[in-house]
Amino acid sequence: MRPMRVPFGPPEWRIGGVRFRAVAQPAVIGSRIGRRTIGPASSGTSRSSLTEDRSKMASIRCFLRSGKSAVSVVLRREFSKTSPAAVQVNVRDALNQAMDEELERDEKVFLLGEEVAQYDGAYKVSRGLWKKYGDKRIIDTPITEMGFAGIAVGAAFAGLRPICEFMTWNFSMQAIDQVINSAAKTYYMSAGAQPVPIVFRGPNGSSAGVAAQHSQCFAAWYGHCPGLKVVSPWNSEDARGLLKAAIRDNNPVVFLENELMYGVPFDLSEEVMHKDFVLPIGKAKVERQGTHITLVSHSRCVGFCLDAAAVLAKEGVECEHMDVVTLAVVNLRTIRPLDVETIEASVMKTGHLVTVEGGWPQYGVGAEICARIMEGPAFNYLDAPAVRVTGVDIPMPYAKILEDHSVPQIKDIIFTVKKVLNM
Amino acid sequence: MPSRFNLIEEDRQQKGGEKRSETAGRWQHDSMQKMLTIISNVLRGSASRHAASMVASSRSYADFTPEATFDIKKVDLHRLEEGPPLTATLTREEGLKYYRTMQTIRRMELKADQLYKQKIIRGFCHLYDGQEACAVGIEGGITLSDHLITAYRAHGYTLTRGGTVREIMAELTGRRGGIAKGKGGSMHMYTKNFYGGNGIVGAQVPLGAGVALACKYLGNDQLCVSLYGDGAANQGQIFETYNMSSLWKLPIIFICENNQYGMGTSVERSSASTEYYKRGDYIPGLRVDGMDVLCVREATKFAADHCRSGKGPILMELQTYRYHGHSMSDPGVSYRTREEIQEVRSKSDPISMLKDRMLSNNMASIEELKEIDIAVRKEIEDAAQFATTDPEPPLDDLCSHIFANDQPFEVRGATPWTKLTSTS
Repeated sequence: MRPMRVPFGPPEWRIGGVRFRAVAQPAVIGSRIGRRTIGPASSGTSRSSLTEDRSKMASIRCFLRSGKSAVSVVLRREFSKTSPAAVQVNVRDALNQAMDEELERDEKVFLLGEEVAQYDGAYKVSRGLWKKYGDKRIIDTPITEMGFAGIAVGAAFAGLRPICEFMTWNFSMQAIDQVINSAAKTYYMSAGAQPVPIVFRGPNGSSAGVAAQHSQCFAAWYGHCPGLKVVSPWNSEDARGLLKAAIRDNNPVVFLENELMYGVPFDLSEEVMHKDFVLPIGKAKVERQGTHITLVSHSRCVGFCLDAAAVLAKEGVECEHMDVVTLAVVNLRTIRPLDVETIEASVMKTGHLVTVEGGWPQYGVGAEICARIMEGPAFNYLDAPAVRVTGVDIPMPYAKILEDHSVPQIKDIIFTVKKVLNM
Repeated sequence: MPSRFNLIEEDRQQKGGEKRSETAGRWQHDSMQKMLTIISNVLRGSASRHAASMVASSRSYADFTPEATFDIKKVDLHRLEEGPPLTATLTREEGLKYYRTMQTIRRMELKADQLYKQKIIRGFCHLYDGQEACAVGIEGGITLSDHLITAYRAHGYTLTRGGTVREIMAELTGRRGGIAKGKGGSMHMYTKNFYGGNGIVGAQVPLGAGVALACKYLGNDQLCVSLYGDGAANQGQIFETYNMSSLWKLPIIFICENNQYGMGTSVERSSASTEYYKRGDYIPGLRVDGMDVLCVREATKFAADHCRSGKGPILMELQTYRYHGHSMSDPGVSYRTREEIQEVRSKSDPISMLKDRMLSNNMASIEELKEIDIAVRKEIEDAAQFATTDPEPPLDDLCSHIFANDQPFEVRGATPWTKLTSTS
């Protein structure tokens, strides 16, 4: 085994949004599994190196079972050194600040939805806005989604810039005709005469204990339709930059938040806190570089992917002779239009792909990504079939043990990574 | 089978002769006019068209009555103390304008019927003939800076809202000169302050309330007219819209065009309550004779005043009738009799009604109206010629107009190798 330097410095990982870094550098690292050559590679070469690696892994496993760990890792909390961290902001506040700034910037922007005004928002995302802007711009609606979604779209027709909140995206099904037939298709049907500058937003996907009718993920449903932009932020920077971009966009944007992320804090740099900070819709972000396998995810699952990456790195660090597996983690940020180029570039480096999502597998986001990879140049770089980690194909149960087993967990991601990499 | 139009029938019999107003300051030739009135009344009893040649052809336009006031049918009221006036004043110019517009709509729809049967128009085609007084009367009560939205029976409104016959017909035939460049079709035509043309029954009503919200938000004193049919009147989202419009006092006029049939289902079979003007419950309502353009106009003016004074929404039911079936796929006689259609045509046709009024009050001559008919026919022929010869949209246009104000982007074609471009 040739000793190799660990690429990109000492392993880092994030737990709950806070970065941890291993301080003690391991002295000896084993050979890398599945080492890729960039450029047209015949599948023959990669197959034999995999067999080689498999036998090496077997010997490592024997070593590990003995329980010896070569290095003890000291964990120390560190702030990112890449840009000055100005403040810690949770996702809820990031959304709140984004809306506040956009409401201030353009008087045509207004917010409507159930409990957004006097209640400060069912999930407090619009806290303080009614107090600041009043009845005209922050409007409480009755519980009539089809009606108020239609009203929001009509207001957009007539030149306003509404933000229409669905208390959760599950209720958008009552109004889905207005989102698709009245909002998404109108610019096309009118041959460009009638733009629809509207944002529909709200929490999407599973929560905690809210059961089947309140836990569905709509990324695939809305991601299916031309004429819509569909955005799914993960952290505070995503939430802030993408919501501002969505409000400034002259097209219908479906903005899928996640209730369980609302309270999670992240560091935001000064640059991100600037009032004109926007993120481009349609661009994915590589949250973590890696060389063995690419994980593609969106929303809350991005955090799980990073955790899985950290765990695998830690395993590799702790076990002196174990190969360190580095995971590239791609945060989609936008479901539609899908940034397939970023995914392809990563897959062409790593040769392996796993998609991770909370939604159901059949006809889902992961399915689309796999199909696109098959149809594109990255297929030739795959050393294993691309696979998906998804929510279980059932309506969401209530009991905690059942609910926990209905969504992808970190261990499922790690298991899948190891399966794909033949570890 | 009893006439479906009992209300309209009774009233036409009761109306009797129209009253002519002697407006102070307007010149008139008493004796000449009285003589002409007698002649034209006699002639009307027989085939009036042939009699036109008997009337002196050397009359100048200075001989015509510039303005007349007509009794119009009383409007049924719901939660209103007073309604629109019982008389309507029509000037000669207005009369000729309404006549021409209604005739244009009529001829345009009949030409569309023809083209559909020749398979030059395809898909859905919902024709408006019979209901012309609604579109023209409503437009007479609002201005082009007000807003309007309707459902799929929209060709008439596209015209009254500023579209041209050429553009409308070319859209029906799916050509690049169409009002939506061939991308929309019959049900998706748009002009300034006119939001279609909507295919999903009832969805246009909340959209209209949204437009009204924007009017109130921007403080521009404009209003939105939001139309729907008797079939759509039972849609839940319309009641949701009634609620929010009333809560927020939006400047919206809800108009139910009750043409007695929702596709093949008569109003008695679809609605527990057929008093559509009362269905808004807490919203004041009017039931109006939708075959009389003056009735519609006066009611619309009344409703517009109501909105503009900040009182919030108001609801109008226009009792009207469509001569064609629901669409071109529906012959329209399986659920109603030909006799019924004939009866309405002969007794309540909106264009004939206006024509009779103008002729009997010496506001226009038969030749003049005939000239208008000829001009309209020519306009329609030219438009049909354009609509059948204009080329179809270019294939480059296939993917355009997905997003507004965006950079061009790639769109996947039918195969992974077919890469198309979308421009804004």
